[in-house]
Amino acid sequence: MQDPGPAPHVMRNADIDPKAEKRAEQQVAILFGLSGVSSLLLIYSYVFIASDVFVFIPVMGSQNVQQLGLGLGMSFSLLFLGLGAIHWAKKLMPETEVINHRHEFRSSDEDRDELVKTVKHAAAEVKLGRRSLIKRSLGFSLGLFALPPVLLLRDLGPLPKKQLETTNWKAGTRLVTDPGNRPILASDLEVGAVVQTLPEMPDETERLLSDIAKDPVLLIRIRAEEFQLSPEKLAMTHDGIIAFSKICSHMGCAVALYEQTTKHLLCPCHQSTFDVTRGAKVIFGPAARPLPQLDITVDEEGYLIARAPFNESVGPSYWERNSQ
Amino acid sequence: MTTAEKRLGNAANFVDERIGAAGWVKKSLNKVFPDHWSFMLGEVCMYSFVILLLSGTFLTLWFDPSQRDVIYEGVYEPLKGIKMSAAYASTLDISFEVRGGLLMRQIHHWAANIFMAAIVAHLLRVFFTGAFRKPREFNWILGILLLTLGFVEGLFGYSLPDDLLSGTGLRITSAIIQAIPLVGTYISFFLFGGAFPGVGFLPRIFTLHVLLIPGAFLAVITIHVMLVWYQKHTQFPGPGRTEKNVVGHPILPVYMAKAGGFFFIVFGVIAFLSAVASINPIWLYGPYTPGQISAGSQPDWYMGWLDGLVRMAPPWETHAFGHTVSWNILIPALIVPGILFTGMAFYPFIESWITGDKREHHLLDRPRNVPNRTALGVMSITFVIVALINGGNDILATNFHLSINQIMWFSRIGIFVLPPLAFVITKRLCLSLQRADRDLVLHGLETGRLVRMPSGEFVEIHEPISPQKRFVLTSHEQAPALELSATDARGVKRPGAIKNKVRARLSKAHAVGLPKVTSEDLKEIEHH
Ligand code: HEM
Ligand code: FES
Repeated sequence: MQDPGPAPHVMRNADIDPKAEKRAEQQVAILFGLSGVSSLLLIYSYVFIASDVFVFIPVMGSQNVQQLGLGLGMSFSLLFLGLGAIHWAKKLMPETEVINHRHEFRSSDEDRDELVKTVKHAAAEVKLGRRSLIKRSLGFSLGLFALPPVLLLRDLGPLPKKQLETTNWKAGTRLVTDPGNRPILASDLEVGAVVQTLPEMPDETERLLSDIAKDPVLLIRIRAEEFQLSPEKLAMTHDGIIAFSKICSHMGCAVALYEQTTKHLLCPCHQSTFDVTRGAKVIFGPAARPLPQLDITVDEEGYLIARAPFNESVGPSYWERNSQ
Repeated sequence: MTTAEKRLGNAANFVDERIGAAGWVKKSLNKVFPDHWSFMLGEVCMYSFVILLLSGTFLTLWFDPSQRDVIYEGVYEPLKGIKMSAAYASTLDISFEVRGGLLMRQIHHWAANIFMAAIVAHLLRVFFTGAFRKPREFNWILGILLLTLGFVEGLFGYSLPDDLLSGTGLRITSAIIQAIPLVGTYISFFLFGGAFPGVGFLPRIFTLHVLLIPGAFLAVITIHVMLVWYQKHTQFPGPGRTEKNVVGHPILPVYMAKAGGFFFIVFGVIAFLSAVASINPIWLYGPYTPGQISAGSQPDWYMGWLDGLVRMAPPWETHAFGHTVSWNILIPALIVPGILFTGMAFYPFIESWITGDKREHHLLDRPRNVPNRTALGVMSITFVIVALINGGNDILATNFHLSINQIMWFSRIGIFVLPPLAFVITKRLCLSLQRADRDLVLHGLETGRLVRMPSGEFVEIHEPISPQKRFVLTSHEQAPALELSATDARGVKRPGAIKNKVRARLSKAHAVGLPKVTSEDLKEIEHH
């Protein structure tokens, strides 16, 4: 099909009618003016409006007046400035289209040959091909040269050692409430109770965030006959009280939601769901392992304690984890 | 000459005598830019990046990226006396005690979301119009790099305030790193400066977020835009437009005024959103502690699809020889996105291999005229949308009274079924749009006016379309599929026969289309 060439050019009003041109000019000026006024609103809000005044605006709710004044002032000063510039360009600036020509990007054959020749010439002069001793030693030095930058990053952090395998739970550690830090009498827990606990520490201020990232344990009491556990796991409970790591075995979020009726624990991050009666077996979602169970009993005063540390790593999986 | 002109002349002379820029500047100012709304998407990316730099710099003046414990003593009553990190406390101060601080925080966050949305929209326009074809493959790859940088930059920025939501995001990040076989645990300990949450992560990502990554952005964006400048912009087909020219408005003054004005409009829209729509109200979430979590935690939208993939992953882990491999993390969080992004980066080369087309292209495709590519694009979008839906499954469940179970199974099946379905439907749709184009060229526009023929029947009057329009609808080229026979002239199997067979298949699928109208067809019609 033949190219008919561009459609005929249509003149704008402002191109032919001086009155329309004048009008367009005024419109642009008004837009720029409004932008200036909006900036004044911003300055006024900054200087004269106190930061604790609120108004109620339908749909938006209660709004901070200073905040709103600053924001609206700023946005309108920007918007009107932009609209003014575009209106100016559309109505008054030349709008005829211009044609540029393109050239192919490939260089001319002469240039390419020339370049190849130059490079070859330089290579020949250096005689890299024949100086294998230099070539090898250079390779050796460059190779070693690349190592230090990686090596120098080594001190970014400590080696993992046994940190992911261990928690602060030891045989005999008391479970204390979090928050509150009080030891828990087994007899105080009623059926249906859920308590978040941490291992008791001699000095509470010693507790680091990295401890809270692996130590939290959920205590749940149900009726003992509802458990469907293997004998070993049943032996780790105490009188209907069962204790699980609160750190999700999927990616480590806090497994925070407990549904009384179904006795399910739910992790809000990716909805992995664990059945408490069956030892926190995964019944839904991406988690691949049950929540680790803590072996608990009571001490002579009746307070809940750990009988042994966790017998597996808590939290998300990692390469060195022995999950068998 | 006025004094102003004289001064300007003197200044220009001063510069030119030293660096001789006049020739180059003159040539550059004569460059023309074709006009089309979709060519502004790249500009939106660039402008929101500038806005991010400006608002981000403002925030650094008060933000303290430290994980050191402080007791909050500021004006926000509900958190008074609570132990938190200096990072969180200083974010509260910016929000409540620095005038305009909250506005700037919201501008920064809105701009980040719009930046990512603009990058994705820009990428789609480049993809669907075939602007990535030779000679623009470099820019396509640089674009993918920018998109990837955007994900990382966004994640780090989001994590800086150290509130309960962002800390949860970091917990997940550390779990993803830990899942990498062999080195994951070590990398995680080095990055965080110890076991999660460590002592060093916030100051480290702060440096990355405000210095290293923006620097990389700046460098890549500069190359990206300079390449557009040097290679000249593509244009849509139309009368007077060829592969050998570019038709549009010159830089000075029209393009400059429009682009400058557009910057202020983008900034204004972002500022307006930030004035009226709250985003990331961190004071409601509280400081981060790993033992707690807020229900319904959601990442920013551009991370949502990854979260959705993680949520729908089946619970697979391999335990062998004392080691654990978490497929439930590796597949959705690293392997699938890795394949997707690599495939995307190489797509220009894959397509040119399929079509055997090694020529330069400066005229854009209308998406309907390349059904296979368009269908592939829609298929990928569908994949991401299904993942995104699943990323919001808890929100959807509460708002629409569905069970999370239903949404999860919908997504697990949908992620395999819906994208291919979208492919088939899109391809058909493209072909019927081609048919509509054909009808338009052959029979003109339906006017809705009926006339009565002498024979008594009613017919609708069709108005022929303008020659310009007709040219637009018929100027695309329709390359035939590659002929690659598996055997040579003597019937002997060629080496690489299977590869050739696959390539011929793909090429045939790619070349599907309705024959376009030629001038002979039209002449024929006129004779009747
Ligand atoms: C930081 C993000 C980005 C910025 C600031 C940016 C900026 C720009 C600008 C200003 C243009 C010229 C106007 C236009 O065609 O829209 C452009 C063109 C282009 N961009 Fe981007 N871009 C970004 C991301 C991307 C991405 C993610 C891709 C694709 C993967 C991409 C691929 C391209 C290509 C191929 C062109 C040339 C288009 C043509 O000449 O038709 N860019 N970019
Ligand atoms: S972290 Fe609990 S389900 Fe993912």
